[in-house]
Amino acid sequence: MTDLALIRNFSIIAHIDHGKSTLADRLIQYTGGLAEREMTAQVLDNMDIERERGITIKAQTVRLDYKGKDGKTYQLNLMDTPGHVDFAYEVSRSLAACEGALLVVDAAQGVEAQTLANVYQSIEHDHEIVPVINKIDLPAAEPEKVKDEIEEVIGIDASNAVLASAKAGIGIEEVLDAVVERIPAPGGDRNAPLKAMLVDSWYDPYLGVVILVRVIDGVIKKGLQVKFMAGGTEHLIDRVGCMRPKIEQLSELGPGEIGFITAQIKEVAQARVGDTITTVKGGASEALPGFKEVQPVVFCGLFPVDAADFEKLRDSIGKLRLNDASFSFEMETSAALGFGFRCGFLGLLHLEIIQERLSREYDLDLITTAPSVVYRLTMTDGSHMELHNPADMPDVVKIDTMEEPWIKATIYTPDEYLGSILKLCQDRRGIQTGLTYVGGRAQVNYELPLNEVVFDFYDRLKSISRGYASFDYEQIGLREGDLVKMNILVNNEPVDALSMIVHRSQAEARGRSLCERLKDLIPRHLFKIPIQAAIGAKVIARETIAAMRKDVTAKCYGGDITRKKKLLEKQKEGKKRMREYGNVQIPQEAFIAALRMGEE
Amino acid sequence: MPPLALYIHWPFCLAKCPYCDFNSHVRAKTDMAAWEAALLTDMAHEAALLPGRELTSIFFGGGTPSLMPPALVARLIEAAGRHWRLADSIEITLEANPSSVEAANFAALAGAGINRVSLGLQALDDQTLHFLGRLHDAAEGLAALDVAQRHFARVTFDLIYARPGHTPETWAAELERALALGTGHMSLYQLTIEPGTRFATLVREGKFTPLDDDAAADLFALTRERMTAAGLPAYEISNHARPGEESRHNLTYWRYGDYAGIGPGAHGRRLETATVRHRKPENYLRAVAEQGHGLVEQRALGRAEQASEALLMGLRLDEGVDVAALARRFGLPGTALIDPAKRAFHARGGLVHEDGTRLIVTEAGMPLLDALLAELVPADLVA
Repeated sequence: MTDLALIRNFSIIAHIDHGKSTLADRLIQYTGGLAEREMTAQVLDNMDIERERGITIKAQTVRLDYKGKDGKTYQLNLMDTPGHVDFAYEVSRSLAACEGALLVVDAAQGVEAQTLANVYQSIEHDHEIVPVINKIDLPAAEPEKVKDEIEEVIGIDASNAVLASAKAGIGIEEVLDAVVERIPAPGGDRNAPLKAMLVDSWYDPYLGVVILVRVIDGVIKKGLQVKFMAGGTEHLIDRVGCMRPKIEQLSELGPGEIGFITAQIKEVAQARVGDTITTVKGGASEALPGFKEVQPVVFCGLFPVDAADFEKLRDSIGKLRLNDASFSFEMETSAALGFGFRCGFLGLLHLEIIQERLSREYDLDLITTAPSVVYRLTMTDGSHMELHNPADMPDVVKIDTMEEPWIKATIYTPDEYLGSILKLCQDRRGIQTGLTYVGGRAQVNYELPLNEVVFDFYDRLKSISRGYASFDYEQIGLREGDLVKMNILVNNEPVDALSMIVHRSQAEARGRSLCERLKDLIPRHLFKIPIQAAIGAKVIARETIAAMRKDVTAKCYGGDITRKKKLLEKQKEGKKRMREYGNVQIPQEAFIAALRMGEE
Repeated sequence: MPPLALYIHWPFCLAKCPYCDFNSHVRAKTDMAAWEAALLTDMAHEAALLPGRELTSIFFGGGTPSLMPPALVARLIEAAGRHWRLADSIEITLEANPSSVEAANFAALAGAGINRVSLGLQALDDQTLHFLGRLHDAAEGLAALDVAQRHFARVTFDLIYARPGHTPETWAAELERALALGTGHMSLYQLTIEPGTRFATLVREGKFTPLDDDAAADLFALTRERMTAAGLPAYEISNHARPGEESRHNLTYWRYGDYAGIGPGAHGRRLETATVRHRKPENYLRAVAEQGHGLVEQRALGRAEQASEALLMGLRLDEGVDVAALARRFGLPGTALIDPAKRAFHARGGLVHEDGTRLIVTEAGMPLLDALLAELVPADLVA
């Protein structure tokens, strides 16, 4: 084990493109974790999606050995944390495993919105924050101005910020020295009963479920019989180690250390983020604080474009679930979309990620239905039901009240965008609970119904603030609402995949906008097509797609048959990607685009 | 033995028209002797595979077959007569440019055996002819038509309409002038911007905008109405004739009869086989010299494939198709040819109607035929 005084646990906070991954790579390289030839760009972001989007989805750690100025060798554990509100809970657990953070700010761009929420979260965990001003070799770099900004906007001392260029390899040693000198060593008692926090877990095809842990007290070693306190399961530890970033097996992990364990666990679902691991015999009596049961908050249907892919989808979802316990799924049948799954996610980004992984890693074409939240219904007979899918909405006469989840949203924004953001929140039935200014920025607090947020709130917020506003939320429970089910009828047939639950006050606007959009997305047919939005039998919006007027090949003689037949084949191929409702073929793009409302 | 039609492609033009995507080539010199030899060899190859058939029509298409020496035309017709029995009523058509030079050959072409001429008039005013890149002017075109009408029993001409900015008024006036010319047949094509043509480039560059589909649909309806009233109803999407004056050769295509196609780029359908000849003139000549025919591709057609071809050709006709007869011909159930639910749905919508076992596309359905085919013809038949 390592002397507590020689351990430093830290994370890196940065806006996208400010150089987090490049800096992490440099630190690994500098301390000899990987040879030059082994460095693929951005070692820590493993998934293609992570690399492309510049986001981190799964927490990762790497252990670095660094000889400080005092001649002692330190164990540095660098924690790469997810950076999105959908994963706020995972982030909070990762941060809880550290004592400090590097705040990386681009020397030319200054502090940006995305950084704010994360840095505040880090401050909340009592972290020591070490500002690193990156890209100082850029001609446009203004490190002094950026220091002022950090002090003014974030309110931390930036006078001794480290100046660096991860790309050019400038200031790397200074960053490492600052970690050693300024970030506090962890505490912990080797002789106390074992308490280790389960930071994250993932499925490895060779090792089974790998669990990332931070040992608080006690020692964790191979052969130990442990208990997951919240999960209630017991396991025999068969492997203990750390990532450098390659796997290295160790004999034990002591207090203050971060590393991994394996215990022949088959499903990630058994290893819940935030759980406390202790020994079966003589274990801790009390769990670590902060554990939460992760509950999916956004639901949608996922259907294969080609009905024949259903089994493949089932198989792929099952495999993904092995590695991501935070989404749920159950089978669903739609009149138009056929067999698919109703899936629950932590948020919209999580939904997008799962959808993208299914289509990319498992080569599936999917149709996604409108995202929905979980409603709690009280029936007239006094019973309750949870509604995950608008299609399951019971007859309104049997419903006494409907409740919907609300959230508390915190938005940071440069004040020039404040007006539009307040309007957006107001339009989404928001209730303002606070407005404070921090430097040139405003912090706005709103209570909002979650169903208004899952719709396209985040996209709209980004677009009206040009990406400068940051958004964070937590759930604050259920509230009663005047909610109705809105059906969309195409050629007088209800399209189940497009039905949604909306607040009565929003129904007309939403219905009109959806009808208008479908009018543009559904191609003209051989007959005219009414598109209607309706609540029960009452039509609240209507559009008509005019009939096609002309589609005919003018010249077709002996030599043209082959060409004409190819055209027919192409038309038929195109129809395969459509769903038919009341003789109307709706392209799958229409489902996706209609549900992504964008401008209203 | 089913009758046979013969198509002969002459690939040369004096200039390439900006709307045309047919297999045409501009060459400074043509070795007529070499072409005669090649076309005769290619024809002999087809004849050997199709013995004992009666030839009901010959069609010289192009390109510009009116640029062929009449003597060459004569020798090709003679050769066809040696290979096959020529029907008494055989129709022998030649496509001609309406220029004075070519009109001078009309007497000789009639002498060679041509009994029907199809003139590429395309428009009746100089401005439009210039837009369409034609080498003749309106007066020259009308003069050529006059010569043609004196030498050939049957004359037809082409017009291109639904041009950029074309209005119902200007097109109606143009149609009246065309009808006054007194031919028994007219091909009236809506301008189509084909990929790879100069027009396609111009449209892409924004130099002009094609007429939109709604306006084109109005002109299509106007055309059918006016032509019917004048006694030359449409018997196919773009072809109008006084009853009995229909192109027998083209009807063979649309009724999915057998036809042999020779010459560069010519397609054929015979003996349940699709044939394609080399497109480029030089490659064609070399192929015939080396292999004794100009074929670049010969592919057996499956029953389903033939059925789908028969439908997409046959439904272009005013007479429609006899679904039961096609089903017998290809050994498939009628429901495999036409989706019964879609057929009923579009019959209710007034786009098709049924007459005994015939399925007929209505006036309202004709301008929508491509989309309608994609609905009616089941996917299994096409795949």
